[in-house]
Amino acid sequence: MPIFVDRRLNPKDKSLGNRQRFLKRAREELKRSIRDRIRTGKIADVDSEHAVSMPARGTGEPSFSDAKDSGRRQHILPGNKHFAPGDRVPKPGQGGGGSSPGKTVSEDEFRFVLSREEVLDLFFEDLELPDMVKLNLKEILSFKPRRAGFAATGSPTNINVGRTMRNSHGRRIALRRPKQEELDAIAEQLAILEAEPQSAAPARQRIAALREELERLERRRKRIAYVDPVDIRFNRFDAQPVPNANAVMFCLMDVSGSMGEREKDLAKRFFVLLHLFLKRRYDRTEIVFIRHTHEAQEVDEETFFYNTQSGGTVVSTALEEMRRIIEQRYPSNEWNIYAAQASDGDNFVTDSERCIGLMDGQIMRLCQYFAYVEIIDERESHIFGSTDNGTSLWRAYSVVNQRWPNFQMSRIANAADIYPVFRQLFARQPVLQKSA
Amino acid sequence: MASQTSKSGQTSKAGQTSKSGLLFSGSDWDFKTLSRAYEAIEAIAIEELHLDIYPVQMEIISSQQMLDAYSSVGMPLMYRHWSFGKHFLYQELLYRKGGRGLAYELVINSNPCIVYLMEENTMALQALVTAHAALGHNHFFKNNHLFRQWTDASAILSYLDFAKGYIARCEERHGVAAVEAIIDAAHALMEQGVFRYRRPPKLSSERQREGVRERLEYEERSYNDLWRTLPRSKDGTKASGTDLGIAERKKTLKLPEENLLYFLEKNSLVLEPWQREIVRIVRIVAQYFYPQRQTQVMNEGCATFVHYTLMNMLFDRGLISEGAMLEILRNHSNVIFQPGFDDPRYSGINPYALGLDMMQDIQRISTEPTAEDRDWFPDIAGNGNWRETLLDAWANHRDESFIRQYLSPALMRKWRFFILADAASEPHYEVASIHNERGYEKIRAGLAQSYDIGASRPDIQVVDVDLLGDRQLRLEHKVKNGITLEEAGRDATLRHIRTLWGYEVSLAAIDAQTGGTLNERSTSQIGE
Repeated sequence: MPIFVDRRLNPKDKSLGNRQRFLKRAREELKRSIRDRIRTGKIADVDSEHAVSMPARGTGEPSFSDAKDSGRRQHILPGNKHFAPGDRVPKPGQGGGGSSPGKTVSEDEFRFVLSREEVLDLFFEDLELPDMVKLNLKEILSFKPRRAGFAATGSPTNINVGRTMRNSHGRRIALRRPKQEELDAIAEQLAILEAEPQSAAPARQRIAALREELERLERRRKRIAYVDPVDIRFNRFDAQPVPNANAVMFCLMDVSGSMGEREKDLAKRFFVLLHLFLKRRYDRTEIVFIRHTHEAQEVDEETFFYNTQSGGTVVSTALEEMRRIIEQRYPSNEWNIYAAQASDGDNFVTDSERCIGLMDGQIMRLCQYFAYVEIIDERESHIFGSTDNGTSLWRAYSVVNQRWPNFQMSRIANAADIYPVFRQLFARQPVLQKSA
Repeated sequence: MASQTSKSGQTSKAGQTSKSGLLFSGSDWDFKTLSRAYEAIEAIAIEELHLDIYPVQMEIISSQQMLDAYSSVGMPLMYRHWSFGKHFLYQELLYRKGGRGLAYELVINSNPCIVYLMEENTMALQALVTAHAALGHNHFFKNNHLFRQWTDASAILSYLDFAKGYIARCEERHGVAAVEAIIDAAHALMEQGVFRYRRPPKLSSERQREGVRERLEYEERSYNDLWRTLPRSKDGTKASGTDLGIAERKKTLKLPEENLLYFLEKNSLVLEPWQREIVRIVRIVAQYFYPQRQTQVMNEGCATFVHYTLMNMLFDRGLISEGAMLEILRNHSNVIFQPGFDDPRYSGINPYALGLDMMQDIQRISTEPTAEDRDWFPDIAGNGNWRETLLDAWANHRDESFIRQYLSPALMRKWRFFILADAASEPHYEVASIHNERGYEKIRAGLAQSYDIGASRPDIQVVDVDLLGDRQLRLEHKVKNGITLEEAGRDATLRHIRTLWGYEVSLAAIDAQTGGTLNERSTSQIGE
């Protein structure tokens, strides 16, 4: 008699520790891979699983092994069809149909999948987010159970007694389950008959008939249960996502010639971070991309990041466009509106006044939050520091910043500077819920 | 009540099964049926095949757990290391892509013999797996001389438990990175970390190990070179220059030494006690798997032969239905599939196929031999007792000697074996021998040779170390047939040896025929 052990319920993921160790070892290369993906992929796709190829450095397992291209050796192979001793077979070239053994894909050339959590960990790494924020962003939408009718299966705690008894009653009527009263009546009759001393034949027959009837009814009662499993109904619950309003995120970016690869890369991360935040808070988030030079237009993500356009810089056109789109498609009583703007700060001097006007007049009233980053050269960062003088757009927005608490602005030179722009957003979450 | 009726319905169904005489019907399994099947199979195996087995422990696992077991070299517990994570990702990928199905079972050479069964298997498969692993492999583990002498089935699980805990404690105390560095280095030498010729010492019990460790820790705390009372010998350095000194030194260090891990563990100048213990753990794991690697064809052949024979016997006795038997045969023929060398699916000789064919061939030779067989195998041909012949072969051979002894010309013809000579200097291969009268001996010897791990792995030994001089560790690689080491791997491995040894390491390539030095590589040339 063998011993049986059921291990299926043992804790899963026994290899998780090893997996983490491996990822840690390959961290640098994985990070680069994630960064490439952010550069080339879509903003909305960042927080999902991601296949990466096996990092080459740091994960090799060397050992002494024979060099394939040296010496003399023999291969013993099965399936000879027409060879005779002395026949010569040309060696296969690179990738040719192989006759030499050992042609399987090596373990070092494969791609594997990082989970969403692992991708986000790598993405957050040089953004220097506080841990609390990281946790918040990784959290998946919460669900609330909501009553949704009845079900024939469920856990005992969810039994709906009313429904169950109603079904039971119907079934008992349909199958004509004898009632207790009927039984009692017959038993009473029997008792009366038996109590009488005389034993006339018809009376005895009557007693026997009654007994039989009583027995039949009792058997029937036993066969037809009072409450049968088929009667039982359970309350059914649906996992309902916690109701959230919709959000729309406007990405505004200056695409004139002065925005180079580095600037666009930083801008993209800025947008990704805001999008992650919105995606966590809202059921449905949409993204609108508006690019501008001296004129603005709504474009798709591809065009937004990869097409360059020549022209001057008139920021107010983008704001106008944004306002127009809000009016047309995103009524502010239905949508939470967020905006993120990235620019190098260049603007026509006369236009900056117009921007202040637009912001004060309409846009800031419509927006939940408006974040502006000015991407500057790393060498410039220590010159500007926190001074208020700077580009014309910076000076204009400084005015807006003083009047509106939901406006944030910052100069960023590298990825770690991005987070402070959002600090407020993450700090006071409940207040931001719109009372629509 | 209805629930009761449904239950009694089940029992009546099971009752029907036993009435019809079948061990099981349908594809679902439960523990009762597994147990019934095991007992029937075991009874036949002992009665008809005279198998001798360890007690069996069957464990039901899910596919996820099977993947876990894959990545920790098939052991139920293993210390933590990133390389296992890497293997896991690789296996998982192959599995997810459907490139490779999971094994139906996994069996561990321990006492009791642990057999993993996958929960997804149908009952027919579970029966097949039971015969294959719980009886075939189990018998082989218990009786083959390599396993009997070289591994300690009853101690391995408790040893691995100790190893896992010990390495975890080291990680806490010294940091994951420091522990990883040692394991990385030791893993690189696993191939060179086994005793090939002499028997390894038996694993000591947990308490003994505890004692040794305490003593080491005490020595570590209390050792101080200041209190050395023996006077340093003045002529020590002089003597070491002479041949006599070298011979003496080699003798005290027991050089040459083929087990590099053992040598480093005992003689390294820089390793701390806990690092030595880790090297030892890796070495013992390597040693444990050494017999398995030498007996692939035999082990799988034995298990496949056992399951095939037992399943047919069960079927003949009417214990298995035709449907189940068909399913078993389909799986069986998948397992023993062997494409020819020019087939794109060819990836080497399938040990299941070769093993089963050889076992069945031995059965044929001993019961109905041809004249040729009498010529080649005078001692077993027609002896009529195939059971004892097979039991004897299973007990006393490893792949290399087994093939050398039992591969028959009939089988070579069936497989259409041929030898392809491959010289790196030539632009073409040359067919050296085929399955004809002149080729049989050569093919048999060649095939046996290819299963000889000692011959097919690079032969690297520690030959000398100058403890009083520059402390350089000198290794020697015997180059056979001009096959040199792959350079990137060699350099990286030498770096790992330097980590363990603490000083420079050099590796000389010596031609095995002429004895001349082909080249010499030292870690001082490699750099970081």
